[in-house]
Amino acid sequence: MLKRVHFPPSVLPYLLVAPQIIITLVFFIWPASQALWQSMLVEDAFGLSTEFVWFENFQALFRDDQYIGAFKRTAFFSLAVAFVSMSFSLVLAGFADRVVRGAIVYRTLLIWPYAIAPVLAGALWVFMFNPTLGILAYGLEMLGYEWNHQLRGGQAMALVIMAASWKQVAYNFLFYLAAMQAIPRSVIEAAAIDGAGPIRRFWTIIFPLISPTTFFLLVINAVYAFFDTFGIIHAVTQGGPANATTILVYKVYNDGFVGLDLGGSAAQSVILMILVIAMTVLQFRYIERKVEY
Amino acid sequence: MAKIRLDNLRKSYGGTEVLHGVSGEIEDGELVVIVGPSGCGKSTLLRMIAGLETVTAGEIHIGERMVNGLEPARRDIAMVFQNYALYPHMTVRQNMAYGLKIRGLPKEEINRRVEEAADILELREYLERKPRQLSGGQRQRVAMGRAIVRDPQVFLFDEPLSNLDAKLRVQMRLEIRKLQKRLGVTSIYVTHDQVEAMTLGDRLMVLNGGYVEQFGTPIEVYERPQTVFVAGFIGSPAMNFLPAELSDGHVVLGNGARVPGGAGEGEVTLGLRPEHLVADEDGPVRVRVALMEQLGANTLIHGVLEGTDQEMVVSLHGIRDIAEGEVMGFSAPQDALHLFDRRSGRRIN
Amino acid sequence: MVENRPWLAFFTHVVLLIGIAIIALPIWITFVAATHDEIRMTQVPLPLLPGDQFWVNLKATLFGRGLSGTETAPVWLMMLNSLVMALGIALGKIAISLLSAFAIVYFRFPFRMGFFWMIFITLMLPVEVRIVPTFEVVAQLGLLNSYAGLTIPLIASATATFMFRQVFLTIPDEMLESARIDGAGPMRFFFDILLPLSRTNIAALFVILFIYGWNQYLWPLLITTDSDMTTIVMSIKQMLEAAEQSPQWNIIMMTALLAMLPPVLVVVLMQKLFVKGLTETEK
Repeated sequence: MLKRVHFPPSVLPYLLVAPQIIITLVFFIWPASQALWQSMLVEDAFGLSTEFVWFENFQALFRDDQYIGAFKRTAFFSLAVAFVSMSFSLVLAGFADRVVRGAIVYRTLLIWPYAIAPVLAGALWVFMFNPTLGILAYGLEMLGYEWNHQLRGGQAMALVIMAASWKQVAYNFLFYLAAMQAIPRSVIEAAAIDGAGPIRRFWTIIFPLISPTTFFLLVINAVYAFFDTFGIIHAVTQGGPANATTILVYKVYNDGFVGLDLGGSAAQSVILMILVIAMTVLQFRYIERKVEY
Repeated sequence: MAKIRLDNLRKSYGGTEVLHGVSGEIEDGELVVIVGPSGCGKSTLLRMIAGLETVTAGEIHIGERMVNGLEPARRDIAMVFQNYALYPHMTVRQNMAYGLKIRGLPKEEINRRVEEAADILELREYLERKPRQLSGGQRQRVAMGRAIVRDPQVFLFDEPLSNLDAKLRVQMRLEIRKLQKRLGVTSIYVTHDQVEAMTLGDRLMVLNGGYVEQFGTPIEVYERPQTVFVAGFIGSPAMNFLPAELSDGHVVLGNGARVPGGAGEGEVTLGLRPEHLVADEDGPVRVRVALMEQLGANTLIHGVLEGTDQEMVVSLHGIRDIAEGEVMGFSAPQDALHLFDRRSGRRIN
Repeated sequence: MVENRPWLAFFTHVVLLIGIAIIALPIWITFVAATHDEIRMTQVPLPLLPGDQFWVNLKATLFGRGLSGTETAPVWLMMLNSLVMALGIALGKIAISLLSAFAIVYFRFPFRMGFFWMIFITLMLPVEVRIVPTFEVVAQLGLLNSYAGLTIPLIASATATFMFRQVFLTIPDEMLESARIDGAGPMRFFFDILLPLSRTNIAALFVILFIYGWNQYLWPLLITTDSDMTTIVMSIKQMLEAAEQSPQWNIIMMTALLAMLPPVLVVVLMQKLFVKGLTETEK
């Protein structure tokens, strides 16, 4: 869809796009191409000379067990966050959709965690699970389960998954509820007359009809877990213990700013960019797949 | 197949009552049309029978059973919705089979029934398509098919034709009528369209403001409307209403003209259908013509009762040529006079 | 709903309330922690019910110099920094996106699609994936420890540009035609017609972008070293680290509470706009 009519040509449009374009060039295109360039350079130990090495940094990365480990860990972390927070939201939205009056009240009470910064979400959860003080760690201890995410990698991973999922429930809930409410009432009523009870209706009518939303949320949650959870990891575990929670974005930051391995960090950046581009393309494909009632 | 009995049904939302005690019996195999203007409560009534709305007071019986507390699925009914309510992610076949599958019918039986219904509705070649690949008329048919395969005791139709264009609506109206006759299933059909109501129904329930104004056959409703509302709602162009007085065997109009007919004394509203007035030089009803509409088959004459400002419409057969401003005389046969009590609006003759 | 079973309705509400309880639990714990004194917050088990130190803690947090043993900016200053950053990012994004969407929709000029794609690319490159080189650019431009450095690199936005493009495309062509007949030039048309017609979209986007800006973490962490430029969101991490030595959880949790308050208020009070903004920028 494009406009038939336009304003006559002048320099004005260039002036209008200029701010956006200049910022994009200076802060996006230039750094991104720098990353691309640096990803093919190797600096010597004293930072005195650099050498152009083509794809050696990438090859090194994929030979590096730590990097491969971070890759697998990120995949697991993303899937876990998506699964935990989406299934929790799906259940709540399914019930909220049944509420005739007061659905808005429930929505209000469920969506506000969206506004909380990931790093704060991390802070709240790490406080509840603080091994010496935390209220939930204490509760677990009473039940005979010893919690110390500062020592145990599995528990650290569980903690960041919980914190990351908790924050994302709001978003998923909102989209699931909207998708369910977009289904015409009469379709649900027709199914009820056809003899389908609430649970059967959910799985045979509602769930299939909101599948585009599920797909969309899967991509959004994956992107969120990949990139936006940096604050959680940074505040809660610093990637530890023993790299048990080092995900890719954390590793880029850590290798670049703490480890000062510019070539390796740049190569990681490039790989992440490729991943984002792939996910964005996926997300845009979703737009074409909407249910028509 | 089953009879339906409605017993003093009431429905309130919060503090407001929208149905004020609806009663009536629908015979086995009968098609009853519930008709009325929007907001009269007709859809609510249908949805109560379906079990989609709770009953505030009164009883609904389907067959021998009181169904008030039963869920829709247990009432053995099928419903065709205004927007068809097809399952968008299922093929036509799956749409029709869904209810049967839930009831646990064997696969062959389901297929047999679906294909039988598809044959009746000429949907055979569309069975594997999704609803979005169908035209409006075909979707309408699928919705019908979904009702048929269930072989229910009662069909409920909620304005099923209102989303179709005029031509298709006429065609589908006939098909629904044929189908219902053929299957002989007790049916309730809700519409706001009086033509649909007249042509489809064995009987009409005319609803207004939550009250039943009249419940009778189309002919009864047309010939002997029981209230001013029904008289004005059924028939097109609408009936003329003139304030009048009864006086020894005549109806005296506002301009003093005396139309023979009626009995008793008192203030009344006289109803005259435009198509029942007969052109008559010496007729007592004299109309000053303001405007003519030539429709080909007939001619509509708009004007006022002479000497008053009471507007009237007369419909005459064929093409007429009458000058504006001319005064025409009409007579009204006795059986074409509809007399209503001025205050209550109820029929008195 | 279709079923009229009282126990089912009851069960529905129970499930929802449990869901809300799970969601609200961390906030409750935080709130409780912010209402007790320092001593109580080191005794296991920690309290589950609020104490009476809320106002004391609030004052100490807002105007104090951080946890004992650390010297940080007072929290009110951090909140001010956060506010400036959030407003700068939100308003900046809206302004430059409105202008570029206007140019792309209402003008035909060479490289129009080239510009469009260039903007599109920003969508694909979140800060997190190009941290080091972007930091270098900002450092070379001398923008470290400044509000400009905090905001400008983040205000290019493909999503906002796309959204305004969609909005403008739905405005009928006749508007432009009649404006031109009335003799309105492009900028006049922009201010008199387009802006008023996009008002609710702008407001909805503002809500989303304000939250986005307020919650920035990695970027301020990188470019601010001066403690007077710290934002409240990033201060939490420093406090968590300091908590190893001085576990003043009442102050830390009060800070967390203050850090989440503005965006949460925005979501709750402007729920309609928030929902609109969220659904429109994503689709």
